[in-house]
Amino acid sequence: MLNIVWSFIVVLSIICSICLGNSTGLSSAFIDSAASAVELIITLAGVICLWSGIMRIASKSGLTELFAKIFSPVLRPLFPRLDRNGEAFKYITMNLTANLLGLGNTATPLGLKAMAELQKQNGSDTASDEMVIFVVMNTASMQLLPTMLGSLRQSYGSSSPFEIIVPVWLSSGCALAVALIIALSGNRFSKRLR
Amino acid sequence: MPLFAAAIIVFGLVKRVAVFDEFTAGAKEGFATLYSIAPSVLGLVFAVGLLKTSGAVDVICNFIKPVTDFLGFPGELAPMAMLRPVSGSGSTALLVQVFDDYGPDSFAGRVASVLAGSSETTFYATAMYYGCVKIKNIRHTLIAAIAADLTAAAMSVVTVNLFFY
Repeated sequence: MLNIVWSFIVVLSIICSICLGNSTGLSSAFIDSAASAVELIITLAGVICLWSGIMRIASKSGLTELFAKIFSPVLRPLFPRLDRNGEAFKYITMNLTANLLGLGNTATPLGLKAMAELQKQNGSDTASDEMVIFVVMNTASMQLLPTMLGSLRQSYGSSSPFEIIVPVWLSSGCALAVALIIALSGNRFSKRLR
Repeated sequence: MPLFAAAIIVFGLVKRVAVFDEFTAGAKEGFATLYSIAPSVLGLVFAVGLLKTSGAVDVICNFIKPVTDFLGFPGELAPMAMLRPVSGSGSTALLVQVFDDYGPDSFAGRVASVLAGSSETTFYATAMYYGCVKIKNIRHTLIAAIAADLTAAAMSVVTVNLFFY
């Protein structure tokens, strides 16, 4: 995917600069962008490492398990066919909880385990209803406290880095709702076809 | 933020976690993450740098101007919005460039922040989760996921207007 996008961007830019006649600007951008990328990576380094450290304490302290208990009743109606105490449902709640808490490093392995469990019950190369809902929830995932985003805003001089938090909740809440409505109605529609 | 960090550390202490050891282990993972994303960040910052100085961004912006104007979406965020579903590190790089060019508290900076906070790397996550269990027919997953991304893009403009202007 990125192979296509990246080469498209580079080739398009070079063609554009020739057509618009500013190829001198382009050659300086060639070098400058590499230098500014390194600057950016250094800025990111502090933020990423600090929060990875703190979030690792959170995941080792069992915060995910604690919150998973709270969220499991909410998630229950979305996966009616799954065993309430089964492995698949356990991994799904843990993954979605970890995402909600912003524990990306914890969430991914749990999500892969959840998919493996769902595949045991599915056993074909077509996605099951539960898989569709689970993956869709992951691609529209909500985060309670976007710490990385807040830190980045702060390091670029925002006067109140967390002023965007309510808009973020609203926006991702709507996105999640749209995703779930389409996923659920798609599931119902294909059931009727069968 | 400091309060949140303190709460996690205290909770860790209560649960008898070796907090400093885990912190350093986590920070090490952070460096490992950074090490692995650095080349793609460099490549994408390079590509987007070319896109901007060549004037191609203006061409694209003019091209999609009717759509972005209609939605009130800032044209300067178009590259970030387009890269967001494909690459997490790439769109973070673009987010930071928006902060650099316009400031995090500008209209564009706020919309970019909300968009970054409310969308995910759709294609990457979908490919990873289905790829690991060898699912070939993903049915309506992508339609739902892309609809969610478009909703997030539209809502980021709506909510920023609602809350700040």
